Amino acid sequence: MGYVLEVQNITKRFGGLVAVDNVSMGVNAGEVVGLLGDNGAGKSTLIKMVSGVYHPDGGKIFFLGKETRINNPMDALFLGIETIYQDLALAENLNVYSNIFLGREKLKKILGMIKVLDHDYMLAESKKVLKKLEIEIPSLKNRISMLSGGQRQAVAISRSLYWDAKFLIMDEPTAALGITEQKKVLDLVRLLRSQGLGIIIISHQLHDVFSVADRLVIMRRGEKVAERITKDTDPNEVVGLIVGAETVKR
Amino acid sequence: MDDDGAHLAGEWGLIGNGVGTVNLKWSSRLLIPVAKNWAVIFLFLLIAVFSFTGRGFFSLTNFQNIIHLSTIFLLLSAAETYVIITGGIDLSVGFVMGLSSVLSAKIMQLLHAAALPQPMSILIGGMVGIAISFIPGLISGTLIARLNVPPFIATLGMWGVTNGITLHLCQGFPISFLPSKLVELGNGYLLYVLPGRAVSFLHKPYGLQDTQIRELIRIFPNSLVFSLVVLFILWHVLKHSRFGQHTYAIGGSMDASVRAGINVKKHLIAIYTLSSFLAGLAGVFNVFQTGIGNFTPFSSMYELFAIAGVVIGGASLMGGKGSIVGSCIGAVMIRLLENGLSISGVEPFYRFIAVGLILIMAVVIDQMFPELF
Amino acid sequence: MNRNSDKRKSLLVFLGRRWALIFLVIESLVFSFTTEAFFSLKGIQIVLFYGTTIFLLGTAETFVIITGGIDLSVGFVMGFASIVSAKIVVMLTNMGVPPAISILLGMLITWMIGLVPGYVNGSLVARLNVPPFIATFSMLGITHGTSELLIRGVPAKNLPYLANAIGNGYFIYLLPGKAISFFNKPVIQRGELLLEIIPNMVVIAFVFILIFAFLLKRSKFGQHIYAIGGSTDAALRAGINVKAHLIKVYMISSFFATLSGTVYMLQYVTGKADAGAPFLLDAIVAVVIGGASLYGGIGTIGGTILGCLILSVLETGLRMMGVPTFDKYIAVGVILILAVLIDQFFPELIHREE
Repeated sequence: MGYVLEVQNITKRFGGLVAVDNVSMGVNAGEVVGLLGDNGAGKSTLIKMVSGVYHPDGGKIFFLGKETRINNPMDALFLGIETIYQDLALAENLNVYSNIFLGREKLKKILGMIKVLDHDYMLAESKKVLKKLEIEIPSLKNRISMLSGGQRQAVAISRSLYWDAKFLIMDEPTAALGITEQKKVLDLVRLLRSQGLGIIIISHQLHDVFSVADRLVIMRRGEKVAERITKDTDPNEVVGLIVGAETVKR
Repeated sequence: MDDDGAHLAGEWGLIGNGVGTVNLKWSSRLLIPVAKNWAVIFLFLLIAVFSFTGRGFFSLTNFQNIIHLSTIFLLLSAAETYVIITGGIDLSVGFVMGLSSVLSAKIMQLLHAAALPQPMSILIGGMVGIAISFIPGLISGTLIARLNVPPFIATLGMWGVTNGITLHLCQGFPISFLPSKLVELGNGYLLYVLPGRAVSFLHKPYGLQDTQIRELIRIFPNSLVFSLVVLFILWHVLKHSRFGQHTYAIGGSMDASVRAGINVKKHLIAIYTLSSFLAGLAGVFNVFQTGIGNFTPFSSMYELFAIAGVVIGGASLMGGKGSIVGSCIGAVMIRLLENGLSISGVEPFYRFIAVGLILIMAVVIDQMFPELF
Repeated sequence: MNRNSDKRKSLLVFLGRRWALIFLVIESLVFSFTTEAFFSLKGIQIVLFYGTTIFLLGTAETFVIITGGIDLSVGFVMGFASIVSAKIVVMLTNMGVPPAISILLGMLITWMIGLVPGYVNGSLVARLNVPPFIATFSMLGITHGTSELLIRGVPAKNLPYLANAIGNGYFIYLLPGKAISFFNKPVIQRGELLLEIIPNMVVIAFVFILIFAFLLKRSKFGQHIYAIGGSTDAALRAGINVKAHLIKVYMISSFFATLSGTVYMLQYVTGKADAGAPFLLDAIVAVVIGGASLYGGIGTIGGTILGCLILSVLETGLRMMGVPTFDKYIAVGVILILAVLIDQFFPELIHREE
């Protein structure tokens, strides 16, 4: 089917608890999939297996058609799987371009021998990627702590993008954002989709998911209970699936 | 900061016309750079005051003396800078210094007594002293990074252990009978000038009469060369290398650093090892400076003063902020205070009070202008 | 099969929870065997006598550490208090006041003066947001400087004999088979056996410790201290006046440090600026061994006292064995790290709510 990322029969147990039970799903390039479910449904655990934080107890992961093992976060990053966590994982005391390059800073040689940070390069590249995402941040030398929630989200996203993400996982991207900024982030997601990324969004904001996702995967108690094409369904049905009401149309 | 804090103008209720350009009252415009550089300004103020109250304060000899005596504190504050930026703390530096001091002195004493040539015994003793200083840091770092022991406790435990070992080695007595060249090197200057008569490098002019000693001008202590080299390297690494950048990142958000792929555990172990290595360096230097190897007495509180220097210099104990330059200013300020007070005839005990007050001032200023630092 | 491993697990949990107590018992046993003097009435009294300082300082730190802070000034506040109380007592006695009253007055006045450093510490931390480390370190310097200024390098002396008698006296004197007296040391004939039980200072210390322990455990005030340590935010939003509370906590710490200083004055009949300096870290170690977390919210006076006993036994035992005090530092350092490691591997065990 040409999925960018696919999991087949993937399972995760914690002691006696089965957090993810035999779930299979996939995401195409240029597609946004909304991963929905109530608290404890297993959404976070599922994506943590894809981003390398957890090891699956069963099942397989396929990336670009090839079976892969993702043993730690670095493996995921190498493949091009980038995760944007709810708390964004930004360093408050560093500036914008330093955060974009965090962990992968560019060096240059001075005096022929000594390696130092190449601030100019990092600044220029960051400007480029932010421009590509059509994000307005007045000065990239400002510390992250001075930016608004939406701007921070944008920085986190541009970090992923800069590193050639092929697959993006977003955990509650619009939580704690104001209305205008929520819209901006969703626009960004659409832009990324148009650039060919595969994206999974976890969110409790149904209207956000409905406005941006192509497909919906609903989980309940560790199992995948339904998959829908967004335009073929409506919030009521989805809520029912999340909660477990009986009357659903397949 | 791009706009030098002008964006704060709105918050302070100053004159403004919106985004971008702001017309600040000249007084508030002055306030910002003053607050940003308060430590240096205060340092100059102290120099000015002491020059009036103390005869002989404002002289080449005295200033060089201050810098010479600051050497150890500069090293220790530099050590703490790295640690504190990562949000940790190292309480063991004082005693690691004592350990290196005692161990290197002991080796030098033994080798000297065994009739080894002076340079050799000095060199070997020094190297052993420095080599051993890696160990406490490695242990602390491992405890902190891999076993999740809070830095306060891990370095406190190391504090106790290194002190005990040191005291065992020296049985509570300073170690003397060391090669005589030591003190010459440690307290020597690069340039000696006897005005109108002679100029010599690295040692006093030969054939110097006792009466002429008072006229002798000494320029540029060896210890300053030593400090400058070490501090420059530390400054460069912190500011311009990936290691330095990651140090700030870990202090800012350990989570973000982990998820960005930084090997935080390894980094922290390196930081604490660096800290104790610098303490070891300070300890060996102390032997050069005093000519004896001595354990660190409790009352010296070296580590607390080192930390004070770093905080005065602008670092935050929460981590993520700080600089080598700032810590140096802080360390020198404390020494200068001591020197100035004693030359001015003030009882030395006032310096404890003074340092306490300055420290509080440092923190309060830091808080009033959080954006600037 | 399951039941056996369950039993084993609960045994491990039981032991793990009480590791400090077990360590204390083992430690005491070791010293009892390796020295003659330890396991005797006298030996126990010595442990208590020397332990008094650390009991008091440990109690001081417990309050502060539970709020998530730390008080580095207790050692020098103690020294300050010893000097101030000594000077007041000497001054009053020289003015003709009977020794008993001058001692009592001296102590009371010192206790009141001793609240000031705590008030300052608390205000710095609560009102000016100065990190406790810095605020109390500054206070350390300030009290040190002030102490030295007061005595100018010469330890205070010329205290009335009564001070010595109180400071080194015991609560109960027992002439086996003949008489028992409280506080007053009876005159004995040569060769008679006099049993001295419980040093006076320990009594004084424990009276206060017990009062405050009760306060901490059972009162709303105490409950709020834990709340602030657990989450300052939550406490604020629940309506607790966090600022005022913190100031009071630092004042309590300062009070116990002061108490320790006056006790020192009575025990050693002198006032010394750095009397308490070596004990600062012992106090913090004791609190941590006792189960408190440096991050706040957890800890008990009982645990701290247990930690203090471990350290006091260690010091006394080593001294009796003739082992140089150097090793004590190594031992304390190791114990400290062990305490934290155990705490980590069995977090559920140590930090239980009871």
